[in-house]
Amino acid sequence: MIAIETIHLEKTYAVGFWRKKPRVALRPLNLTVEEGEVFGFLGPNGAGKTTTLKLLMGLVSPTGGTARILGKNIYEAEVKAQIGFLPEQPYFYDYLTAKELLEYYAQLSGMQPKERSQKIDAMLERVGLKDAARLQLRKFSKGMLQRVGLAQAILHDPKVVFLDEPMSGLDPMGRREVRDLIEELKQQGKTVFFSTHILSDAEALCDRVAVIHQGELRGVGRVAELTSSVAGKVELIWNGSAVPAGFSALGAECYTSGERARAVVADVQQEAALEILRRERLRLISLTPVRSSLEEYYLQKVNSAVKPAGVAQ
Amino acid sequence: MSRVVYIAANTFREAVRDRVLYNLIAFAVLLSGAAILVGQISIDIERLVVVNLGLTAVSLFGVVIAIFIGIGLVSKEMEKRTLYTVLSRPVRRWEFIVGKFFGLAGTLLVNTFFMAVGVFAALLYVSHKFQSSDAWILVALFFIVLQLLILCSLALLFSSFSSPLLSAVFAFSLFVIGSFAEDLRLFARMTRGLTHGLAATAAYLVPNFSALNVIGQVAHEQPISWHLIACNTAYALAYSTMAICGAVLIFERRNLK
Amino acid sequence: MSGSRKVTAAASVLLLLSLAGSVLLLRRLDQARTTATPEEVLYLNSPKWVKRLSLGYDGLLADIYWTRAVQYFGGRHVVGAKDYRLLYPLLEITTALDPKLIVAYQFGANFVAPNPPEGAGMPDKAVALVEYGIRNNPDNWKLYYELGFIYYYMKPTDYGKAAEAFERGTKVPNAHPFLRVLAAQMAQHAGEIETSRMLWQAAYATTQEELLRKNAVAHLRALKVDEDITGLETMVARYREQTGVLPSNFNVLIGEGMLLGVPVDPDGKPYKLMPDGRIELRSPEDFSFVVKGLPPGYVPGPPKFH
Ligand SMILES: Nc1ncnc2c1ncn2[C@@H]1O[C@H](COP(=O)(O)OP(=O)(O)OP(=O)(O)O)[C@@H](O)[C@H]1O
Ligand SMILES: [Mg+2]
Repeated sequence: MIAIETIHLEKTYAVGFWRKKPRVALRPLNLTVEEGEVFGFLGPNGAGKTTTLKLLMGLVSPTGGTARILGKNIYEAEVKAQIGFLPEQPYFYDYLTAKELLEYYAQLSGMQPKERSQKIDAMLERVGLKDAARLQLRKFSKGMLQRVGLAQAILHDPKVVFLDEPMSGLDPMGRREVRDLIEELKQQGKTVFFSTHILSDAEALCDRVAVIHQGELRGVGRVAELTSSVAGKVELIWNGSAVPAGFSALGAECYTSGERARAVVADVQQEAALEILRRERLRLISLTPVRSSLEEYYLQKVNSAVKPAGVAQ
Repeated sequence: MSRVVYIAANTFREAVRDRVLYNLIAFAVLLSGAAILVGQISIDIERLVVVNLGLTAVSLFGVVIAIFIGIGLVSKEMEKRTLYTVLSRPVRRWEFIVGKFFGLAGTLLVNTFFMAVGVFAALLYVSHKFQSSDAWILVALFFIVLQLLILCSLALLFSSFSSPLLSAVFAFSLFVIGSFAEDLRLFARMTRGLTHGLAATAAYLVPNFSALNVIGQVAHEQPISWHLIACNTAYALAYSTMAICGAVLIFERRNLK
Repeated sequence: MSGSRKVTAAASVLLLLSLAGSVLLLRRLDQARTTATPEEVLYLNSPKWVKRLSLGYDGLLADIYWTRAVQYFGGRHVVGAKDYRLLYPLLEITTALDPKLIVAYQFGANFVAPNPPEGAGMPDKAVALVEYGIRNNPDNWKLYYELGFIYYYMKPTDYGKAAEAFERGTKVPNAHPFLRVLAAQMAQHAGEIETSRMLWQAAYATTQEELLRKNAVAHLRALKVDEDITGLETMVARYREQTGVLPSNFNVLIGEGMLLGVPVDPDGKPYKLMPDGRIELRSPEDFSFVVKGLPPGYVPGPPKFH
């Protein structure tokens, strides 16, 4: 079953006080996330990640298109009962304690009184805030607020969890804990949709990722495939400070650094390249197939975006 | 519906913790100081002075508090983004607005109650006993509460579309203008043509605080007609409903920052 | 979004209902409070206190009191109330707050001085108000005119004081030339109707304020009627002297060459020639301030302005 689906979802803000100028935050976005998936939403600052999440939460109204969560319209109350949301840099009521805050959210989510108090205590323990349960939130640090935010997002046992940069502001231990938490949610069969800049987290956690840049979806891929697939290229490294003339004819990317030289060629050209090295009597040090990492995928998608006009012509 | 109650309760708790009720201390000091002073220097008119001063203070303290927390209600939640997590729950936007209104109304009611106790204590201090005409003071207090309800619905309305500071300015100006609402309506009746249409519309849209201020009458122990009480109550309810509906209509469409 | 549309519809309907309700309630409240007590109209009845409490915003406050004064007079008053008690205190406060508000003094002269039902019957207060105005605006000739006007319409007319007031006015730079004429006429107690006409024409010319102008027009109409009827009755008396009988209608007088046509009042309605030789107005209720041409026993209503 499809957990999250966006259909031509788009948002253009009007900025300025008098003469409103349009500012495109999200170009028509088509995306589907299966139930049980952990989905990473990647993109540089200002790419439109938060905008997408706000649209999905019904906090801003779309300029066009629609979205469905668990097959239902996102504005329906039934849907809202089944989702949890952690906004970026969350902030809560200053004068409530962590416990009271969770209590309030539990009430709003329609949880039964009996269920509430047990779950709240367990949840505070789980996000490492047991000692701070009776402290007013204005005395919380940034990371502690992030933890409270996580707690409220998953407190009512939602089926789909949306997290906007869940790792930001956390210490290394905290990040580790959040990773574990997401893993755990995955084990429980929940759908997790989270945005992040931290690619290693995405690589470690996600089933699939999407890359968005300048409001435009640049690519969606299965992490396993992206990182294991041979990119159809090989890398040769040899001793020597010069690149033989023949390599440019092969369309190779060449680099030299001191005593070593390096070239990346398509694997069909592998034999021809070796032949050139042999002819020049250069000593081959290594020959390895190139494995694409998520980072490369990300950079490729984002950079291709920087010069789309040039490429097209 | 229960969500409205939860939101109201939370609003009340936040407001109380935000030291809103500390104003009661200032109020108590002011009033007891005045009572002692008046008790010493003015003969015959102690009661008059205490009632006038006490009720005026109740009204002004209430107005300031209604505006300041009323404004914070929506725009502060929007600015600080506490709303995000609330609205991503099964909470409808109108429930949020209505809940906020009742939370604030409750805060104001409690606040006014304590101040009223202060007024009666001061009254007892200067005149040593209560008399039956003191009951009209309750009516004046009731009218003050109605005034505050209108004001807090307006604060809610303004803060659903403008910044906290602007909302405070709007709400306070309407309080001042509304205190002259009767004059405005008289004035509107004298104009002609297009001006008449505009003036009359404005005069009837401005909240009518003039009829809600009976402090002077009460201080002189004049009775207040039941007709006025009924009309004022109905009016305050109608006007607050109107402002809240406006707030709901705006807020339904509002994009959150 | 269907849920949202439902909320929108419900909120809109409720908004309109409560708006309608609040307007209706306001009307009821206003009705219940038309019998406002003097205290309510005045807010505060001491000019000094009002001035002190205005915190420097006396201009605005003056405008509020002025509006109240005009409203009190122009709105409630004309429909029949005969209570001018408040006019003077309202004007007193208004002018204390804004001593340069000339129109307030003009109002005072017109409506505080005359006897009821045309005014408050407080000529002394009116004189005091205008003298206060003159102290604060010594260069405004209109105020001297108003002062003379009050003395002229006092009962009995104080020709000496009126002449003196007009005379003072002539000394002001740019004073209107008619002040000199008026001063002269006062000095010789000249023809009543002519002087009155001049005074009221001046009253019309010295102001833009509609109510004051209407008042002047009403008086001018009344003067015309009084003058017409005096003339006609003289004519009838002469006819009777000559023929020994009363004329049965105006045609008899026209036949004699005494009249050119059937005489009409300022509204164009023919006068009535009564069997006893008196002349009457066809619609006396259309004229205020007239002294002639009224049916016997007619009680004039409150002043009407056109
Ligand atoms: N309220 C707003 N009014 C106008 N423009 C906005 C508004 N909110 C966001 N934008 C614009 O929309 C674009 C996307 O912003 P968004 O917050 O979605 O980025 P993001 O991907 O979350 O970035 P980050 O990683 O920095 O959080 C930006 O260009 C931003 O300027
Ligand atoms: Mg963001």
